[in-house]
Amino acid sequence: MADTGADELDNTIVSEPLDLVRLSLNERVFVKLKGDREIRGRLHAYDSHCNLVLSDVEETVYVMDDELEDLKAIKKQSEMLFVRGDAVVLISPPSQS
Amino acid sequence: MLFFSFFKTLIDEQVIVELKNDMSIRGTLKSVDQFLNIKLDNISVVDEVKYPHLSAVKNVFIRGSVVRYVHLPAAVVDTTLLEDATRKEAAAQASKMGGR
Repeated sequence: MADTGADELDNTIVSEPLDLVRLSLNERVFVKLKGDREIRGRLHAYDSHCNLVLSDVEETVYVMDDELEDLKAIKKQSEMLFVRGDAVVLISPPSQS
Repeated sequence: MLFFSFFKTLIDEQVIVELKNDMSIRGTLKSVDQFLNIKLDNISVVDEVKYPHLSAVKNVFIRGSVVRYVHLPAAVVDTTLLEDATRKEAAAQASKMGGR
């Protein structure tokens, strides 16, 4: 246990929550955002603010249709998307519903 | 500084910035700073009928904090380079925190 200095360079060590995100690089992820939005895409970049770059993205926006009193899901596609971190709520491996 | 560098590589590309007020602006990325403030030239608003406010405006400065998304052309992005840079940045963050 003497050499802890090498930990920072070891890509397999998981010590803080963002290390879990690192394990998902180049994998598909599920991201929940503020404003009743969800995103599924392939994760290519992130930082400590949870700014993200994703490819092959599908965004789902949940909207309350007051007239029909019904919850609608609006889906949009993007080939490459930067997401600002201040809206990110959670990042997870995808669970298809 | 990762995303600052990333956006610098996208200068002169056409992007669509989606703001938190739901307006989307298409334009050429001309400038970015450390706060990810953005300058776009030659803009057009995506739903001009719904947002006529910028009909006479050619160039804009957008405060980084009001950005929700930036839609990018996939062809210009090197995903492998991005992933490598992310791992380096994550390692740099870890060593910065561990330095206490």
